This record gives sequence, C-alpha cells and structure tokens, in this order.
Amino acid sequence: MNETEKRSLNRRVYEGVFRALVYASALVTVALLVVLIGYVFVRGIPYITPQLLFTSPSAIKDTIGILPNILNTLYIILFTLIIALPIGVGAAVYLTEYASNRRLISVVEFATETLAGIPSIIYGLVGMLFFAQMLGFKTSLLSGGCTLVIMILPTIIRTTQESLKTVPASYREGALGLGATKWYMIRTIILPSSLNGIITGCILSIGRIVGESAALLFTAGVGTAVSASILRTFSRSGGTLSVALYMYVSERGEFDVGFAIAAILMVLVLLINGAAKLAGRKLKNKA
Amino acid sequence: MDMEQVKNPPKGAVFPARAGKEDPRKSAGRSLRKMVRDLVEQIMNGVFFACGMAAILAVLLITGYMILAGLPAIGQIGVTEFLFGTRWASTAADPQFGILPFILTSAWGTLGAILIGVPIGLFTAVFLAKVASPRVAGMVRPAVELLAGIPSVVYGLIGMMVLVPAMMDIFDLNNGTCLLAAILVLAIMILPSISSVSETALRAVPREYEEASLALGATWIETIFKVSIPAAKSGIVAGVVLGVGRAIGEAMAVMMVAGNVANMPQLFKSVTFLTTAVAKEMSYASGLQRQALFSIALVLFIFIMIINALLNFVLKKGDSHE
Repeated sequence: MNETEKRSLNRRVYEGVFRALVYASALVTVALLVVLIGYVFVRGIPYITPQLLFTSPSAIKDTIGILPNILNTLYIILFTLIIALPIGVGAAVYLTEYASNRRLISVVEFATETLAGIPSIIYGLVGMLFFAQMLGFKTSLLSGGCTLVIMILPTIIRTTQESLKTVPASYREGALGLGATKWYMIRTIILPSSLNGIITGCILSIGRIVGESAALLFTAGVGTAVSASILRTFSRSGGTLSVALYMYVSERGEFDVGFAIAAILMVLVLLINGAAKLAGRKLKNKA
Repeated sequence: MDMEQVKNPPKGAVFPARAGKEDPRKSAGRSLRKMVRDLVEQIMNGVFFACGMAAILAVLLITGYMILAGLPAIGQIGVTEFLFGTRWASTAADPQFGILPFILTSAWGTLGAILIGVPIGLFTAVFLAKVASPRVAGMVRPAVELLAGIPSVVYGLIGMMVLVPAMMDIFDLNNGTCLLAAILVLAIMILPSISSVSETALRAVPREYEEASLALGATWIETIFKVSIPAAKSGIVAGVVLGVGRAIGEAMAVMMVAGNVANMPQLFKSVTFLTTAVAKEMSYASGLQRQALFSIALVLFIFIMIINALLNFVLKKGDSHE
C-alpha cells in the first residue's frame, strides 16, 4: 500500500466515522423525544379520568382531583400575560422606536439578556422575599403571578423586538409624513404590523408558565382550594399543574397521578409548540 | 385656513366678510385639541420609557435582594468556612454550613452534562444545518424544539421512574439516585439549546468558505468539520455557555433524581446541587439555616452572572468577527 492509498483510506474512515456520528446523534435526539412522549402517554393516559380532571382532592373520600390545579394554571397564565404583555411590548417599542441613546439601549438589552439567564429557582426566592414578604402578598397566586411577570418579560421583549424590526421603515415615514404623531403611528401602524410577533411571544410565554415549577413553589405555593371569587383565589396559595406533579410524586408517591399530569402537560406542550410554529410561519409569510 | 377647510368648507358657508378670519371659537378648540394631543404624546413617551426601564429595574431588584439576603449568613459563618467547608449539617445540634460539596457537585454535574450533551447537540445541529434534506430537517427540528419545551418536572419524573431504577440494575447500587442520573437528565435538558444555537451559527457560515473547500477536493463531511464548524466557533461556544447556564440553574428535575444528600460528588452517590440545596430546605428552614440558604442562592447567582457576562462577551466577539 503506497502513501496515497493510505491517506485516502484514512480519509474514507474519517468520512465514515463522522457521517455515522452525525446520523446517530440526530437519531438519538428524535428517539429520545419519541420514547419520552410515548412513555409518558402510555403510563399517564389510563389515569386521566373524569374524576381526576373535574374534582378537587378530598381527604375524606381519599380521592385526588386536579381541577384546582388546572384552574390555577389558567388564572396565573391570564394574570401574568395581562401584566407582562403591556410592559414587555412597551419596552420593545421603546427600544426600537423611541430610544436614541445607544448606551442606554445596550444597557436595557443587557438587562433583558441577564433576566433570561437567571434560573427560575432564583426568581422563586426573590419573589418570595419581595412579593410575598416585603409587599405582604403572602404565599399566593398573586405573588406567583408577579414573579412570573418578571420571568417572562425577556421572552416578550425579545420576540416583539424581532417583529418590530421587520416593519418596513417606509411605513413609519409614510405615517409621519402624513402628519401622524408618534403615538398615533405606533398605535395604528407599528403595533398591528407586528401583531404576529407579539402573539408568538405570548405563546412562548404560556409554554414557560405551564412548565414552571421552581419559581412557583415558594411564591404561589401548593394550595388546592377552589373559591368562586377571583379576589379570594388570587389571595390564596394555589399550585399549578407542574407544581402539583412535583408534590404528588415527591411528597406523596402518587406516581400514577404524576404520569397523568405529565401526559396532560405533554399535550399542552405539543399544542403550544404547534401554535407557536403557526404564528411564526404567518410572521415569515408577511415579512 | 388650512387645506382641509379649502377642500370641504365647513357647514354654514363662508361669508365673504369673514373670509380669511378664523372663527375664534374654532381656533380655541383646535389649540385645545393640539394641547391634548401633545400631552398624550408626552405621556406615552413617559410610559414607553418606563416600560423600557422595567427590565433594568428587575435586574437591580433581583441583584439587590440576592446580596441583601445572602450576605448576613456568610458574614456570620465566615467566608472560607462557608465556601470551603466540606460538611453541611444545617439541622444538627452543632450546625455546620460548608457548601463545598454543593459547589463541586454543581461543577461536576454541569461538566458531565456538557461532555454528553455538547457532542450530541452539535452533531444534531450539523445534521440539521448541513446534512439532512430540508424535508428530513423539517421533521427533526420540531423534535429538538419539543425537547426544549418539556417541563423540567416531567424530565424529573421520567428520570425518577426510568433512569434511577436502571442505575440500580446496571451498576448494582442500593440506591439509584446519584450524580450520574442527574448528569444524564441535565444532558438531555441542555441538548436542545446547544443544538438550536449551533444550528443558527452553522447556517450563518458563508457559502463561499464551503465552496472553496469543496473546490480544493475536500469531501462534504471534511468541509463541515474542518471549515464550517471552525467558522461557526463563536456561535457554538455561545450555545455551550448557554447550556452551562441551564445546567447549573436547573433545580426541579435534578432534585427528583440526585438523592439530595450532602455528599462530596461521586458518580454513584446521592448528591446535592447548589439549586437543590436551596429548594429542598427552604420550605421548613428558619433562622441561620434559612439565611444560609439565601447565601447558597447568592453563590449560585454569582456563578450565573459570570456565565451571563461570558455569554455576552462571546456573542459580542462573534459579532465583531463578522
């Protein structure tokens, strides 16, 4: 075997090994997902019963129901979005339309990046110290919601900013040229044109809220009481689905209930991902 | 008289005698409207400014609270004893607050997760960006995105029910909750972020680089690994740093599989991470123990801030490179 042949053999081995690694990795990733989803569904779906879905847990009857947790999840999503959406969109508008000081913009962007990198357990602790103790909200849905507002702010700011950047400068010039004031232009031209991006931000945020547990454990707590009045609901401790999963599995060893909740969460994740994709595609078509 | 009035003379006709003169009432109304409009404009200016400052405020709030809550216990315990003490016995009669086991566990756990997660994530990114046909990539990419969306408690549950028993069988352990189980769960959890950031970086490599390499006789795989990946280096590093941040900050999934005993890190022993040390005891801690938990969180927070700064630095460098 001469030198050239040897080198070409080496190259063929290199080629083969790396090609195999690339395919194997992609396969592992897909297989992981399929196995995870399949396992959770197989173990969880048989235990999703009407009783589980539509009742509150009862110590007397010794039954477990996750209705309160479902409601708490919905409440906290609504609350968080209602507060975080205006602030986040406003911040994005400020960054792209108003701010002219480059230093200030980069500081705000750095702060946003930093917020995105802070782990949820730290949000939980600060939420507990600030909202629950300092402001006196106690361990309640209100504390949890306020904590999540800060947590999802970066997601909303970033996606809104991305879509604001795709609004053509000619729209702005056109509006201002016709004599519109800045606020009028933002209200009637800029925000409607970037609606898809804002919706994408909302969907991603919902995904984060649904999956969140560490930030809620010490702020919203694990309560399962249902009350008719919204005010009372928000002033009381309330566990979301993810928190309930953790509690049932870790504290009570109810693994079947855990898998049932996990299956529900997986369905939600699938739906949310699909919705985000759809909104993203719409955004792309427009741009 | 402005254009509007020229085009549509207001009702009530314009008397020749008054032509050229403004109706005083109308002009007052217009200036009032202009005043209101300017006021609204000013207010919205302020509102948007306030929104823009919200993120800065939140970072300051979090930093402030972490420092305020974390420092007292460190002062009371002593910096060296706290950071380098090897024994954590917060509820003992003679409490010990050494968090070196947690720090080392977090470090080793993250390193392990990176060692497993980065190759798989990077190779998946190569597959998506360079090897797969658009159709196949269109089917694999959602899988990566879904992995990223799965809640950490679900990872924890599966780890607890599948991985932990498997550890007991394969390695013949009495107790399957161990560092290795946590590493595997973390590796899966950081895989999507590494993959998606690397894919973006790989896609941004100029086509000419690859064409030049192909024209010189390199095969496509050789081109990817010797030209594209080095060219996308800063983006890939950013993905890895992001993964480090995720791994070090993860609490719930790790808490469910790592056993939560304050051992020095060993692959097959139950261990406690920085995050789980806080999460596990916070619900019932009080006094100095509770304050010490905040100090642990402060240490974690400092690590995260360093990683954030690093990430920013890497991304900035990548930008200036292009």
